[in-house]
Amino acid sequence: MPRNLLEVRSLRVLYKVHRGDVKAVDNVDLSVREGEILGVVGESGSGKSTLALAILRLLPKTARIANGHIYYKGEVDLAHSPENKLKEVRWKEISLIPQAALNALNPTLKIVDHFLETARAHGVHDRKWVIERASKLLSLLRLEPDRVLKSYPHELSGGMKQRVLIALAMLLEPTMLILDEPTTALDVLTQRFILDLLKDLHAKTNITMMFITHDIAVIADIADRMAVMYAGKVMEVGDVYTVFKEPKHPYSIALMKSIPSLTGSVEEMRSIPGTLPDLVNPPPGCRFWPRCPHAMDICKKEEPPTVELKPGHLVSCWLHARR
Amino acid sequence: MSSEPPLMEVRNLRVYYPVRKGIFGGVAYVKAVDGVDLVLNKGDIFTLVGESGCGKTTLGKTIVGLVRPTGGEILYKGKNILKLSKREYLEYRRNVQIIHQDPFSSLNPTKTVFQTLSFPLKRWGIARSRRDLIEKVSELLSLVGLEPPEDFLFKYPHQLSGGQRQRVVVARAISVNPELIMADEPITMIDVSLRIGILDLLLDLQKRFNTAYLFITHDFGAARYFAAKGGGLIAVMYLGKIVEVGPAEDVIHDPLHPYTKVLMSAVPVPDPELSRKKKLLKLKSLDIPSPMNPPPGCRFNTRCPFSKPKCEKEEPPLVEVRKKHWAACWLYTS
Repeated sequence: MPRNLLEVRSLRVLYKVHRGDVKAVDNVDLSVREGEILGVVGESGSGKSTLALAILRLLPKTARIANGHIYYKGEVDLAHSPENKLKEVRWKEISLIPQAALNALNPTLKIVDHFLETARAHGVHDRKWVIERASKLLSLLRLEPDRVLKSYPHELSGGMKQRVLIALAMLLEPTMLILDEPTTALDVLTQRFILDLLKDLHAKTNITMMFITHDIAVIADIADRMAVMYAGKVMEVGDVYTVFKEPKHPYSIALMKSIPSLTGSVEEMRSIPGTLPDLVNPPPGCRFWPRCPHAMDICKKEEPPTVELKPGHLVSCWLHARR
Repeated sequence: MSSEPPLMEVRNLRVYYPVRKGIFGGVAYVKAVDGVDLVLNKGDIFTLVGESGCGKTTLGKTIVGLVRPTGGEILYKGKNILKLSKREYLEYRRNVQIIHQDPFSSLNPTKTVFQTLSFPLKRWGIARSRRDLIEKVSELLSLVGLEPPEDFLFKYPHQLSGGQRQRVVVARAISVNPELIMADEPITMIDVSLRIGILDLLLDLQKRFNTAYLFITHDFGAARYFAAKGGGLIAVMYLGKIVEVGPAEDVIHDPLHPYTKVLMSAVPVPDPELSRKKKLLKLKSLDIPSPMNPPPGCRFNTRCPFSKPKCEKEEPPLVEVRKKHWAACWLYTS
């Protein structure tokens, strides 16, 4: 079995608001294996983006890591590393393409300058190397390097910009890429093109990917393993084939039924009653119980333990816990 | 069959937006909608799907009177909406309501739910006294599932979640008992687990009050759900034209037009085996031609995997290929 590249242990991230603390990520355990594509799926407010930002310690000032560890390659604890250590990890070891990054390109800079600037900021001054590497990556992403490098961001389409961002993220040869909703703002055909490119890129470079999205169909299409998040917690983790075929957590089951998709009967699709809990004062016990069709007394009192149903298939639910 | 004219009819509608070309150049036109016909009767569901820039939003806005057409006609109960008398125009504006995409910007942040919802009721004389207004607004809130209504009456938009706000927007649209609601991407900004809830709410109103819908979306799954459950049609738009129309499940599972076929082959589905087994129909080109200068003949010919010489010259008409299932493609007509 491949080793774990990244291990998140008991991670707790809080955002300060005037009413108290938003428990955005609460006691999360999650591992990313070397060379895999891990899909993280969740609705808005599930904590998936916060998790991504916490890994690289790019959280906004109002947030803090209150507890837990983020081990990279089993040695460095990113949750407690000093800034200079983090600088060596960001972009060189782990790169992040944040959500809505299409607007992150500087409109006054040519694409080539984005590559040069990024390299310079990380202490790489070899102009020739940067342009060669950028050209190689852009062609791998099926863009014409000469033309694209000379362009300004406004001269590129959304799909092209997204590919430029992927190339930028891979510039310094990172081991891992975190992509937060990379295809959300794109049209159907562009989304398909980017998904296929990412699969191709993964096959060619074996780069580890953490792919974050609200769209469960995208996870089914691209990921090896998946984690389902809800209200700051990981509810279920497993191989995508297993989780889609036999989802065990009531939330995963409900989420899959709530997607108006092209397959399956429309009669069986339904929304999940109720709304996301208030994360300043989350319900005691399991965070899904107020919306769960199987809620029992214990769910309202005690947090469910995480149990391994089959090797690698983890569920946090009292229905599956041995009491 | 009665001879009553349809609720809404669109004939050869064209909407061109002028754009300036260079400093000295003349004016060019973006042909956002370029020759669309459609008919909507009471209780009908018509779902427009297409990628960004296909003209679906412009078409919707023109039908509800927010954009002036360049050519063609929009008939409300048989009368051209540009030639209505003042009274008829007010009736039309009351009977055709709109639900926008963004529930965060379509509610006034300084007004409570009660203030927002009582305004149209007062405006149209449906309720006047405060007691009547509270009663009627409470009724509306229950109808859209915001219960108990007392908990929501005096809340401001910022105190509501996205899904709750969209329900207030729906309540506002139905407060005046409209005959047609144009809903432009009404669930795009809503949390995934709540989307079907909003669609079911709209469908429930169709059943109860025979409300017709013009539903606009880029999401084929949502279009399928809404049209299939409401017994309606899906129309696929490409570069300002409707290229295919038909019953929901027929268009999704057995598409006729190559463009629809390509799209269906590209959409990921929530089943790892199926999604990875799908064979992508390869396009000749990924680039969408400029709507300022659409290609001659069939507009899809520059990208179509099946294009023939004829497609580059002559524009295919929209013809009924199967029962109630139309497509504009030379594969089906000679």
